[in-house]
Amino acid sequence: MIPNRPPVGGAYYPRDLLVHPPAYAPTYKTSILRSPQKARIGIDGSLSETTGPVFGHNILGELDNDMVLNYAAPGESAIGERTIVYGRVMDQDGRPVPNVLVEAWQANAGGRYRHKKDGYFAPLDPNFGGCGRTITREDGSYEFRTVRPGAYPWPNGVNDWRPAHIHFSVFGDGFAQRLITQMYFEGDPLIPLCPIAQTIPDKDALDRLIARYDPARTIPMDARAYHFDIVLRGRRATFFENRKEGL
Amino acid sequence: MPVTRLKETASQTAGPYVHIGCVPSFAGLKGMYGGQDLGAVMLTEATQGERIAIEGCVYDGIGVPLTDAMLEIWQADAQGLYNARNETRGTADPSFTGWGRQPTAADGGLFRFETIRPGRVPWPDGRLQAPHITVWVVARGINLGLATRIYFEDEAEANATDPVLSRIEHKARIPTLIAKRSGDTYRFDIHLQGPHETIFFDI
Ligand SMILES: [Fe+2]
Repeated sequence: MIPNRPPVGGAYYPRDLLVHPPAYAPTYKTSILRSPQKARIGIDGSLSETTGPVFGHNILGELDNDMVLNYAAPGESAIGERTIVYGRVMDQDGRPVPNVLVEAWQANAGGRYRHKKDGYFAPLDPNFGGCGRTITREDGSYEFRTVRPGAYPWPNGVNDWRPAHIHFSVFGDGFAQRLITQMYFEGDPLIPLCPIAQTIPDKDALDRLIARYDPARTIPMDARAYHFDIVLRGRRATFFENRKEGL
Repeated sequence: MPVTRLKETASQTAGPYVHIGCVPSFAGLKGMYGGQDLGAVMLTEATQGERIAIEGCVYDGIGVPLTDAMLEIWQADAQGLYNARNETRGTADPSFTGWGRQPTAADGGLFRFETIRPGRVPWPDGRLQAPHITVWVVARGINLGLATRIYFEDEAEANATDPVLSRIEHKARIPTLIAKRSGDTYRFDIHLQGPHETIFFDI
């Protein structure tokens, strides 16, 4: 077990671009005009990248990680399949990443977002806002309670559907670890058909975005549970003070 | 170092509804998280440093501004210290987190940050970097968040010896990183594609 020590200033491991979708992924049409075409230029870990913002537990309200209740009128709750999503934020060396902000957002049980740009037929649920946030515990763990989001159609090809998914935004200790991703649900037949999920060329990398059903964490007579771990970039063991690295 | 290093979790686009999760008050979710979006306000009266604003648009490959993007900035305080857990050089201004988050406007696509001019931060070899702000852009159609840097046109001397700007081979592209001043506001446009494509960094 590696002790949970404060992060050091060492540079992050180079990002393995093979696990990420390419910028230009023409089956996802919006990426065509929004993808940079020139190669990115490496910055090998100055303080500007290895430091990052700190969020204290004091910013959190009691229901921030509970999408079933955090937008509901008193005594009401969101409609849908009550679901726990939980897991751990860790780095590439398996070390927990504690005290970092995790934000989530999603469609309601019918597949409709509470957003002025979403005009899907499925109705809004007056008791469901669709966002939650939490800060990881000392062991890197996090947990949300929500309702399982619905699949929804979207304009891309003639008949494209998004699998049920939850968007995640995750901070690390360093700004270089900043990540936004989407979590899918085990067994969803829409995953292999989705142009956005399929922007990820590496099958295993996509598989790691699929949360596993976890009967052990269900709450009997209440909610089912899915397990989703998040891995942020790890950093070299060298201490900043000892690094004498030029260009 | 362990033999089996884990793979980083894959990125996915923030999509068109990123506002719900990250700037819910902007998205119209009244009262969510106390009614103020995280990162919306970077300054208090106690914050030390010269007040500046940074505004601009994010343009796609045919020059249309994105009206559904979100930007985050990360910068040092006026003394060049980061308000971060792993800042070991001193204690940053407690009245300045250094982190801001803003959507591009639904109408016209302008983003605007009200902040302070950052101090200079050392490069790992001890040289000083020019004052700069790290920027991270996400949006529908962007599959992996894009990182760039804002430098300031009125810091020409510092810019000339900046370790990052110095390593850019195509000098003609450097102006894509330089914010232009008018009054207390700097203009910094981001071009995702085309002849003026902004330099993006692998940070
Ligand atoms: Fe979505």
